[in-house]
Amino acid sequence: MRIVTVAGPPSVGKTSVILKTIAGLESAAGHVGAVKFDSLSTLDDALYSRAGVPIVTGLAGSLCPDHYFVSNIDDCVEWGHKSNFDLLIAESAGLCNRCSPHIHGVLGVCVVDALSGVHTPRKIGPMLKLADIVVITKGDIVSQAEREVFSYNVRAANPRAVILSFNGITGQGATELGHHFISAPNVESLAGSRLRFSMPSAVCPYCIGETSIGTDHQRGNVRKISFGGTAT
Amino acid sequence: MIADLPTRSLGDLQALHPGIAHVLRLADPSEPKPDMDFASWLETLDLTKLNRAGLSIENLCTHVETLVRQSETLRGPLDFSLKALSLIAGVDKFGGAEAFDLEIAVGEIVCIVGPTGSGKSRLLADIECLAQGDTPSKRKVLINGAKPDPTLRFGSNHGLIAQVSQNMNFVMDLGVGEFLTMHAECRQATDADGVVADVIVCGNELAGERFTAETPLTQLSGGQSRALMIADTALLSASPIVLIDEIENAGIDRRRALDLLVAREKIVLISTHDPILALMGDKRVVIRHGAIAKIIQTSARERACLVELQRLDARFTEVRQRLRVGETIDDEKFEVRWMR
Repeated sequence: MRIVTVAGPPSVGKTSVILKTIAGLESAAGHVGAVKFDSLSTLDDALYSRAGVPIVTGLAGSLCPDHYFVSNIDDCVEWGHKSNFDLLIAESAGLCNRCSPHIHGVLGVCVVDALSGVHTPRKIGPMLKLADIVVITKGDIVSQAEREVFSYNVRAANPRAVILSFNGITGQGATELGHHFISAPNVESLAGSRLRFSMPSAVCPYCIGETSIGTDHQRGNVRKISFGGTAT
Repeated sequence: MIADLPTRSLGDLQALHPGIAHVLRLADPSEPKPDMDFASWLETLDLTKLNRAGLSIENLCTHVETLVRQSETLRGPLDFSLKALSLIAGVDKFGGAEAFDLEIAVGEIVCIVGPTGSGKSRLLADIECLAQGDTPSKRKVLINGAKPDPTLRFGSNHGLIAQVSQNMNFVMDLGVGEFLTMHAECRQATDADGVVADVIVCGNELAGERFTAETPLTQLSGGQSRALMIADTALLSASPIVLIDEIENAGIDRRRALDLLVAREKIVLISTHDPILALMGDKRVVIRHGAIAKIIQTSARERACLVELQRLDARFTEVRQRLRVGETIDDEKFEVRWMR
């Protein structure tokens, strides 16, 4: 079974990109299934179902979505095997710009949108920097010049990646991305595989429900801001 | 690993590519150390801080190395010269065979006409993604008579094709000059300041309403935006193929815009509903039900009609301008000219 992880900030068009790519592949992709990771709620599972793609939704709820992702991804692969998928797509919303659900040996895709400002590629961490493919959406509504500047900045932030433009409405770009999906590495199990980068860490009272503010409540993994000389 | 990378100084590396400068600063926000060599610098890094910045020694080295290689091999956007573009017939919306192939030589303007929804944008999209029978139209695109190199298709932004369309906007909150300088740096223009000044002059000529280097991009009118995009595409983007999607209502000098693009040895395709633009091309392609139904060479008599149409258009423009500035069109002198 081939596996692809697709990550990116909220509302950049990840689901559209995935569904348009699957539609473009037609029979070439074989049996395709998807897992949608989100934090609080998602309506995207309906979109997958409507497209006839078997979908399982995982909501992280009160947990950090990225830790939730990594604790569940191998179960997803097992589900994929049991369901006899040829291609499994795991979609996750990168909610903090520091995280990266990409796994060594698994095709990692990061989706960003051209409307988000030219400096965005620099602000996103390992999720973009360590992806194999960076997909740029919504380029059809910005000028050619800005698209060029944007992809140049993506290239500077991740020189190794293949950069593709994708129109989530018309599906332009689906052919190229599909070509990469069906040549993704075959993965039997993820047990023992490694993330490409460590997750953000947090072990403190706030992780387990503390809501009070103040030094008394800051224990465990705490980092303080520096006010350059004027700090207390 | 590039053999001499460990011994190169940070200053030299930074000068190669702004992306290298950025990642070095990210890894080490302290005082710049331009004279220190790369290997010694790596030794000084604090791994915890590096992790906090979303980096590791390994991916930092890969990153710098890849950018060094790219900056050394990737000088200039395209390493071949475009002579011709061909579109091999596919199928129409009902699956019937398309009647014509399309051959376009460098320096030609091709107009695409047809009712709304007939498939004009599909044809442009086929060219943009260098279709190989894998789009709904099943068309194939050839470059210089041969199948394009797969790296051109599935590679990253190859700079072969630039697009200007009706629904494109500038979304950046920057001044015109500032933004063009940024674009010139990306395009690795040799004389950035000179090119930026040229683009602004040229954009002003096309727009007819003045804007300066200080004008914020977001305050440009529709006409000014389109004019700036075209000037930028012609002078700064090295792309030899330009696709223009319905820009008739933009209020720009269309003739000048086309002359500007063609003078740069580009292939220009315009999809349009505007009779003046449609007749300006060397040939026009008629689209019906998603396929090319006809290819018409613009005849000498049509060109004569074009002159007449442009005269009418100039009158319209004049009336529009008079009404706009609060004049009337019943003054005698004007009426005489108008009725001529």
